[in-house]
Amino acid sequence: MEPVILVEDLGKRYRIGLAPQKYRTLSESISQAISRPFRLAGAMLRRSVGQDVLQPGEEYIWALQDINFEIQHGQVLGIIGRNGAGKSTLLKILSRITEPTTGSVTIRGRVGSLLEVGTGFHPELTGRENIFLNGAILGMRNAEIERKFDEIVAFSEVEQFIDTPVKRYSSGMYLRLAFAVAAHLEPEILVVDEVLAVGDTEFQKKCLGKMGDVAREGRTVLFVSHNMSAILRLTQESIVLEKGHLMMRAASAEAVDYYLSAGNAKAGERIWDADEVPAEAAPFRPIALRLRDKTGKVVDTVRSVEPVGIEMEYELTAPLTGLRIGIYLTTARGDQVLTSFDTDDQERFEKHGLRPAGRYVSQCVLPPDFLNGGRYVLGVNAGSYRVRRYFMDEQALTFNVDTSGAPGMQWAEPRPGILRPRLEWKIEKQ
Amino acid sequence: MARAETLKNEPNTIVIRPTKSWTALNLQDLWFYRELIYFMTWRDLKVRYKQTALGVSWAVIQPFMNMVVFSIFFGGLAHIPADNGIPYPIFSFVALLPWTLFTNALNNASRSLVTHQNMITKIYFPKLVLPLASVLSGLVDFLIAFVVLIGIALYYNLTGQAHITITAALWTLIPFLLMALMTALGIAMWLSALYVQYHDVGYILPFLSAILQFVSPVVYSTTMIPAKWQMIYALNPMAGVINGFRWAILGTPTGPDTRLVISAAVAVVILVTGMIYFRRMERTFADTI
Repeated sequence: MEPVILVEDLGKRYRIGLAPQKYRTLSESISQAISRPFRLAGAMLRRSVGQDVLQPGEEYIWALQDINFEIQHGQVLGIIGRNGAGKSTLLKILSRITEPTTGSVTIRGRVGSLLEVGTGFHPELTGRENIFLNGAILGMRNAEIERKFDEIVAFSEVEQFIDTPVKRYSSGMYLRLAFAVAAHLEPEILVVDEVLAVGDTEFQKKCLGKMGDVAREGRTVLFVSHNMSAILRLTQESIVLEKGHLMMRAASAEAVDYYLSAGNAKAGERIWDADEVPAEAAPFRPIALRLRDKTGKVVDTVRSVEPVGIEMEYELTAPLTGLRIGIYLTTARGDQVLTSFDTDDQERFEKHGLRPAGRYVSQCVLPPDFLNGGRYVLGVNAGSYRVRRYFMDEQALTFNVDTSGAPGMQWAEPRPGILRPRLEWKIEKQ
Repeated sequence: MARAETLKNEPNTIVIRPTKSWTALNLQDLWFYRELIYFMTWRDLKVRYKQTALGVSWAVIQPFMNMVVFSIFFGGLAHIPADNGIPYPIFSFVALLPWTLFTNALNNASRSLVTHQNMITKIYFPKLVLPLASVLSGLVDFLIAFVVLIGIALYYNLTGQAHITITAALWTLIPFLLMALMTALGIAMWLSALYVQYHDVGYILPFLSAILQFVSPVVYSTTMIPAKWQMIYALNPMAGVINGFRWAILGTPTGPDTRLVISAAVAVVILVTGMIYFRRMERTFADTI
């Protein structure tokens, strides 16, 4: 059978501006200011006839390179990769928002993308008016919108407020309405990007359900998410992107596993090279995240019955107020286990209100008899509450928990659940 | 590539690849999205006067206040004469009708891409929809202001200060109106595409409007321009539009002649080159905006 989507040698190159030189004399600045319009005009002319010209201080980066894959009719394909791996660029090319630099994509059928929930919504217009407007923006015919109108309203659960301007809506209502329109587009190919990161749990379930329906109806779905449990639940197969390259295509379980363990230079340790840290992170610079067993050795498999040390090493190039270093612990399936910050404790919070420039280690210990066996993902975050997030890596490190010696090991059966505490049972005969 | 070629021949198939040469104008794509043009125009109209105390009256107040100011300063203080002894207020109001339409259309359409950047970076549609809808939504304001013109004309007729009659020439207002829209759209296609990359356009627009107003016969009559400059003056399509409006409504001696042909030709050139440039740059909008 012929594929629904055929991607061949696809590449996308962007021009990016580099940081301007720091020191310039006044006369240099003036002569630059005078010659700049002329050089711009020249570049504009050449660009308008199809030549791509670099201006001084610009360079090329390849957001995608040599991408080849195909999708069969009715397949649900997951796309996973870290931030900046090229996922969004790929989706933008597939939905014809941006053009590729090389290669081609052949698509059979209408592509509907949920990158765009709420695009074109106008706050001053009512829910009803926005349904029609948004439908037209998504490429629906007026008659089609009218036919599906009641269904859209019912799905969005905003019946009462349908004639209220959407600027009076709560963000949840707004999102539900936006998703409802997009979900009723009935494209042959549906592209979904991380819509599930927003909205409440109830609504996320509904969205996933809708996607499941779409897939069951035999339509093709491309699904991008950071939520590994959603990827595993909804897709049979996934591709992994890394720095613009397609690293693998495999059954989702295998792809997720590859993705989670990729990028760890050494087991039990994640070291950030200077070029991996985005410029916005400054003055925060992450150095390493490590996992240590009770003897202080860096390990990637820890025993559930022993304490586990987590340490985050970082540098501040300038003093920071209100900084907090957080860890996120999730299971490999994406379920959240806990979030904790180094200044959660009131006393430490007051003591470390201002951190002078320098090198730091924030460390904590997970207690023994805490986690169940399995694979876990550790993420880090550095920010000032409600001010700014300096750095975040949701999947910095993965590790295994081994349950030998844990309570209940006399029975060789799997224990469901994330935690495996040693509870104080009492058995009394009465 | 061979497989892509066989697929390409099936219906409903889209091939996405870098465009190499001058892109086709792809007007059928625009036709497919005609309902979107309608909805964007409708949205512009619905939203324009939301949460304003005077609402749609603004469509009238704008040209009316301009007329009052012009009549005081240009007609009254500077003694700029109107043709055929027509009262200066109605003389300037007739020019202000197409002028207000033109300048609002030009400003809104030139900013339309940048105002709707979230649409451009999130979905596919022919981007020409945006400037086109901005230009079209100005038409309603024009029609409302036109009703006011009828009122003003009646007032001058009844008070005997002027004698404005209904003639067959009024039909020519439609092609003149089209010419104003074409010119506004043509310039806006150039400027909106440039705006995406160079936000300098935002600073140029206000004084571009001001300069264009002075080289168009809004506050004065074309007959004041020396004969040797008339042909050059006609290079401004809005000169042709305004002269046409005054001729059709007030019967001024500025009816269709060679100068109108020049104006119309320039309008077509602006429209066609604008469309080509816009289509050319369209593919880079999402990346550069």
